[in-house]
Amino acid sequence: MTVQTPVSLEERKDKLQGLGCSRKRVEDARFTQGKGHYVDDIKLPGMLFGDFVRSPIGHGRIKSINKEAALAVPGVKAVLTADDLRPLGLHWMPTLAGDVQAVLADEKVLFQNQEVAFVVAEDRYAAADAVELVEVDYEELPPLVDPHRSMDPDAPILREDIKDKTEGAHGPRRHPNHIFTWEVGDKAATEQALAAAAVVVEEQITYQRVHPCPLETCGCVASMDKINGKLTIWGTFQAPHAVRTVASLITNIPEHNIRIISPDIGGGFGNKVGVYPGYICSAVASIVLGVPVKWIEDRMENLSTTAFARDYHMTGRIAATPEGRITGLWCHVLADHGAFDACADPTKFPAGFFNICTGSYDVPVAYVSVDGVYTNKAPGGVAYRCSFRVTEASYFIERMIDVLARKLDRDPAEIRMINFIRKEQFPYQSALGWEYDSGDYHTALAKALKSVDYDGLRARQKASREAFKRGETRKLMGVGVAFFTEIVGAGPVKNCDILGLGMFDSCEIRIHPTGSAIARLGTISQGQGHATTFAQILASEIGIPAADITLEEGDTDTAPYGLGTYGSRSTPVAGAATAMAGRKIRAKAQMIAAYLLEVHEGDLEWEVDRFQVKGNPERFKTMKELAFAAYNQAIPGLEPGLEAVSYYDPPNMTYPFGAYLCVVQIDVDTGVTEIERFYALDDCGTRINPMIIEGQVHGGLTEALAIAMGQEISYDADGNVHGGSLMDFFLPTAVETPAWETDWTETPSPHHPIGAKGVGESPNVGGVSAFSNAVNDAFAHLGLTHTQMPHDHWRVWQTAQRLGVTG
Amino acid sequence: MSKMHVKMTVNGRAVEALAEPRTLLIHFLREELALTGPHIGCDTSHCGACTVDLDGKSVKSCTVFVAQANGAEVTTIEGLAAADGSLHPLQEAFREHHGLQCGFCTPGMITRAYRLLQENPNPSEAEIRFGISGNLCRCTGYQNIVKAIQAAAQQMAVATTAPGEAAE
Ligand code: FES
Ligand code: FES
Repeated sequence: MTVQTPVSLEERKDKLQGLGCSRKRVEDARFTQGKGHYVDDIKLPGMLFGDFVRSPIGHGRIKSINKEAALAVPGVKAVLTADDLRPLGLHWMPTLAGDVQAVLADEKVLFQNQEVAFVVAEDRYAAADAVELVEVDYEELPPLVDPHRSMDPDAPILREDIKDKTEGAHGPRRHPNHIFTWEVGDKAATEQALAAAAVVVEEQITYQRVHPCPLETCGCVASMDKINGKLTIWGTFQAPHAVRTVASLITNIPEHNIRIISPDIGGGFGNKVGVYPGYICSAVASIVLGVPVKWIEDRMENLSTTAFARDYHMTGRIAATPEGRITGLWCHVLADHGAFDACADPTKFPAGFFNICTGSYDVPVAYVSVDGVYTNKAPGGVAYRCSFRVTEASYFIERMIDVLARKLDRDPAEIRMINFIRKEQFPYQSALGWEYDSGDYHTALAKALKSVDYDGLRARQKASREAFKRGETRKLMGVGVAFFTEIVGAGPVKNCDILGLGMFDSCEIRIHPTGSAIARLGTISQGQGHATTFAQILASEIGIPAADITLEEGDTDTAPYGLGTYGSRSTPVAGAATAMAGRKIRAKAQMIAAYLLEVHEGDLEWEVDRFQVKGNPERFKTMKELAFAAYNQAIPGLEPGLEAVSYYDPPNMTYPFGAYLCVVQIDVDTGVTEIERFYALDDCGTRINPMIIEGQVHGGLTEALAIAMGQEISYDADGNVHGGSLMDFFLPTAVETPAWETDWTETPSPHHPIGAKGVGESPNVGGVSAFSNAVNDAFAHLGLTHTQMPHDHWRVWQTAQRLGVTG
Repeated sequence: MSKMHVKMTVNGRAVEALAEPRTLLIHFLREELALTGPHIGCDTSHCGACTVDLDGKSVKSCTVFVAQANGAEVTTIEGLAAADGSLHPLQEAFREHHGLQCGFCTPGMITRAYRLLQENPNPSEAEIRFGISGNLCRCTGYQNIVKAIQAAAQQMAVATTAPGEAAE
């Protein structure tokens, strides 16, 4: 038997750096030395560069396109238009939402900056020069900007390609600009609850159009190898396998001849889930010209064409008892989808998981209807750092609860406590069809209130309001309370698919003879630190130190099939697959140990990094020894080697939750809103790496700050996009960003193999409501119930002025 | 377009090349010199992903023509490690304090922090926040970046005052 220096159990555990350890990130060495490998870093021999000619108008007919002057620019190799793509059938492409989108404008342009022609040249300067010289003649048509007017009888018809289609991907269409109507819940019972209620509140709540705006824009390099017929595309893909399948279906190139590679990705936040015209045009150009073609969008193109988020116009009604107990919830959403329905939602959910809008509350009856409509705006509708439309839902209910509290003149924290789903009600069936797996909301909110001395804050606010009245201060203090329940980890294949692809995920593990390992996953990190955290999950499962496990993602030729990373699904789905694959490894290792130790398998027990004989812990075999044995011993009845694959189909979603508190000070004369304090308590179930969780919370809160306090992509009446560059799209700097306070409770998911729920998106989902509630709260004593986001200085000042408190 | 002969010192190495005068320094560094550490994150000089050190000042290399950098001394993230390969204290501190996630802003952020600490070796939190406000990060919320810069400043102060150690 192996002789070893005795090492304590704790030391052995620590060595693994498994679950719960704030392991430093393995990704950082390359990034801190400028050795990351992002798509724009790729340089291939003979590579050309593509750039788009874009529409200057929001709605119009293309009368002619003259490429001559552009083609005469030295270094220009080709100018592609819809007519060039038509013979290949690639001038239109399917969207993730069952609609189609013009790859290059086909007869009509439908939003400003829409792709009209693709110039390919030897370098990006020549391409940019040529873009200027492509002459496009347009006949302007009246733009449709206001979604409330989309279904007017006299509204301009946008999508002539489908104007006569009465059946859409999600049911009947009743107007050429109507995409779908989605209804869920019990309409009659909800209306009855409203009619019978002692108290009813109603509010119009708009969640403005924003954009995920990762620091790296989208891009790709497409390379067709004519000799072996293989098309390789490196790109900013949050879901590389799905891209491969879609690419194969639309190009008819067999799937084995397409290789999609996601290199390092400079942030995604939902922006990089979709398929964009730049990818298709680069691939076509590479196929036609026989050399690699790179396309990298600039920031203006990013903000104004690829993947907006939100744009939900919501009307809510709550029925309640005089004590504040909710008896019913009604909601209608007008969803502005822009010119093409390119939402990244599971097929059965055209409005995503918006039906989580009953939030954390025990709402007996509810009804939601969503109308999706077309306008002359960019397509998108992506989940910006959230699971499909969950941010909208959470913002809606968290504002509505405050509106109810205001009406009843009750404290918003108290109204939440009264209506929370109680701990013993889990698993809880929501009125709109979800089964919440676990939660302990009262404990979380109570902890949060205590941590910030909530009563003290309210007392200070009272004093500050009196001082304001006496003219001693020009500042109004606001306290925002928000509680959220997310629904993440899509999802069970029985009801979640994207374009027919089930939303399982996968992990494949190979243990090397000397006891180290490689694991490959179907997901792809964009900064979440998968290579660090998934190795931790595995270390705890198989007893090999995380440092000895390589993690690989993002290459469809080597990684197992998976649906990618968005909607906080990596930990809930691929993390589960990782644990399950690890358990398969352990099961085989146990058989090997039984053979080597000459005992029955059932006489062995697992301890940290080894199998030992029950009651006789001196007799053991470490995983390292077992790995070697798997490759050098002939074990009767067992194949050599130690590998496992798991495809995990989650039985349910996971439901992270949290309690956030925000304190603001508003200068009524300037509208400047200072974030005095922000406290975030998150419950994401089992905590894999507290350091990374905290980092995710900081980042998500900063994105929430941006959305609540300033971000907006808007359009003027002529269809011109505003907010399409960093000059006017708000990204907070280190100066506007406050210091964040984080906290947690831990309620493991009962159905997840390690109890983890996902966390990356929670702070965005909960954060926006907390900021907005704080701003609204600052003016509550002046009679304000709701003011629209974003709460930039101008809007806040306007609110103050409307309420008569400006100087 | 006609090309001009440019010469500069990049990360201590003399380089020469022919380039269109309108070439932006960031493209020259990334495409001509294969220094892909500095990145491009915007077209309006807002994000700072392209930050490099030019003659002792932080600049956004997307807003400098290569012609303007002719004859200059340029340092990029690739030039911060010591000759023996040991990392700069900022590079260590960013890892230690989880000052990065996707890593896209990191080269520009560290290069900016490097100059900030030359300008002000002992900055307060507010001075750090102001000092890096030309560099945007979408992932970290800045808190750990600030922590990392503070830690590096301390580390560097110790290194320069430690007896028996050569001052930098
Ligand atoms: S690339 Fe954004 S400032 Fe230079
Ligand atoms: S780490 Fe991603 S932008 Fe800073």
